[in-house]
Amino acid sequence: MAIFVLYPIVDTVYVSFLSQGKGNFVGLENYNYVLFQKVNPLINTANILQGVFPMGALIHNIIWIGIHLPLTILFGMFFAVLLRDVKGGTIIKAIVFLGVVVPLVVGGVLFRYVFDKDAGVVNAALRVIGLGDFARDWTQFRDTSLFSVILGSIWIWTGFAMIIYSAGLEGIPKEMYEAASIDGASRWKTFWRITVPMLRSTTLVVVTLSILWELKIFDIVYVATRGGPGGASSVLAFDMYSEAFQANNLGTGAAIAVILTLMTFGVAAYLVNRMSKL
Amino acid sequence: MKALILAFLNRIKTSIRAFFNKIRLPTKKPKITSSTILAHVIAWVIATIWLIPFLGVFIASIRPLSEVRFGWWNLQPFTLNFNNYVDAWAGQTTSPLSTAMLNSLIVTIPATFLPIIVSALAAYSFARFRSRTKDILFLVLVLLQTIPQQMVIVPIYTLFSNLSLLNNYVGLILLHTAFGLPWQVLFLRNFFSTLPIEVEEAALVDGASYFKIFRRIVLPLTLPALASLVSLQFVFVWNDFFFALVTILSPSAKLAPQIIPLLIGRYELNFSLLAAGSVLVMILPVAIYVALQRYYVRGLTAGAVKG
Repeated sequence: MAIFVLYPIVDTVYVSFLSQGKGNFVGLENYNYVLFQKVNPLINTANILQGVFPMGALIHNIIWIGIHLPLTILFGMFFAVLLRDVKGGTIIKAIVFLGVVVPLVVGGVLFRYVFDKDAGVVNAALRVIGLGDFARDWTQFRDTSLFSVILGSIWIWTGFAMIIYSAGLEGIPKEMYEAASIDGASRWKTFWRITVPMLRSTTLVVVTLSILWELKIFDIVYVATRGGPGGASSVLAFDMYSEAFQANNLGTGAAIAVILTLMTFGVAAYLVNRMSKL
Repeated sequence: MKALILAFLNRIKTSIRAFFNKIRLPTKKPKITSSTILAHVIAWVIATIWLIPFLGVFIASIRPLSEVRFGWWNLQPFTLNFNNYVDAWAGQTTSPLSTAMLNSLIVTIPATFLPIIVSALAAYSFARFRSRTKDILFLVLVLLQTIPQQMVIVPIYTLFSNLSLLNNYVGLILLHTAFGLPWQVLFLRNFFSTLPIEVEEAALVDGASYFKIFRRIVLPLTLPALASLVSLQFVFVWNDFFFALVTILSPSAKLAPQIIPLLIGRYELNFSLLAAGSVLVMILPVAIYVALQRYYVRGLTAGAVKG
């Protein structure tokens, strides 16, 4: 533990303050570089979002959380509630959950195929409804690659949110629902007045674990887009890898890792704090 | 070993049977309202959406590329062959998956059992012996769980290349062990604290040693929890891509998930080959999940619900 986790954490922080090659102490220069200086020459500077903030990968992670988090929460809770009462619900749950079990590299392959121009289901569906002009390799274009990877990751992660919510639902006493139906409450009202409030601590857990997952995302980006084209779908974890092990700049790679870890620690600290209050 | 495999296959068989038993609808039907019908329709639409990517990859993998180039749903003509599997297994274009999957097993089996043995002993002492540092250590464990792999990889890479542990599975196994320990210790500590302490106290009075109590009384009661840990850790390690990507560089030593990006290639994408490779790489985690589904899900939710 000490050798493989604690020492590396300390050393990564140390390396992030060193210059490339000679290893002089350069203070916050690496952080300044990755947050404010680094402009990928391939990125279209006319794109205001990336032209103004060169911290493209960080922004992408934030966009990722902004889209991925609400949708997985919504789908996860909806699926858990719906499939609880449906015949064969356990089988459907197992199918939805499969995405969590397969290696993420395979998950990346699965939805890269779904978004393929000729062989992908999405484009075939577009052609069927007469929007064939929009058909393209969704993961390979600058303006759609990030969003198609995010959609794919929602497809993968919804199973996880659903399983946690299903476990949370089992903790709600049946008497509460019986009492509600005796009082003549509608399904809709029962859902908002009983199910959602009773799942509050479950939601807290799902939110935290989802944000951690969204911050650490790496494999599916590597397989589906390689962060491309031109960094358009890069994320922090991928940026760290390409800085440290492809550009061979350990200092800036370490700086990105420290930024990433500070964010995950923030989320974890929030969870621990909230859990102790519940 | 043979008995073990047979028992495993049996487990899969019973799971599959249970799976199909669930499909069979009960004869006595409750009253059907329009909203129940709607719920069922939505549920099966969801199932279809989630199944289509898997179905597509599977169908593409058992047909020649020329037939599926414009969609696996074009079923005319339909030629069933397993050439893609043979190619991926023997490695026509990249390192063979046969070697890579064997390599993955060589890493995954020790990296599954080693941390579980260590964490079982550590968690037991956490749950049973009081000490003041325990709460702080507990907090440290929670925080360690959230460490991204990227945070340790730079020093690990330097350390491994200095100790010539790159391309060496010992380093990777130890790394996975260290990363598995925090959540496993937490999980088992929570589990041990739910076991009644009276039985152990009685055994202590009868003169049993702590180790004997652990081995004879605690361990048998812990088997379901251990099944959860084994299934989860096996799937985590097998699926891991990042640690392998950085520390295993020589082509013949690569692990199964590392072959997938290689199959994508640079220029022309042979999707049928890639699909066959993907099926081969995901088959083991999926089998573990199907066989040990109850333990897998319970492990995941127990860990998550208790934080």
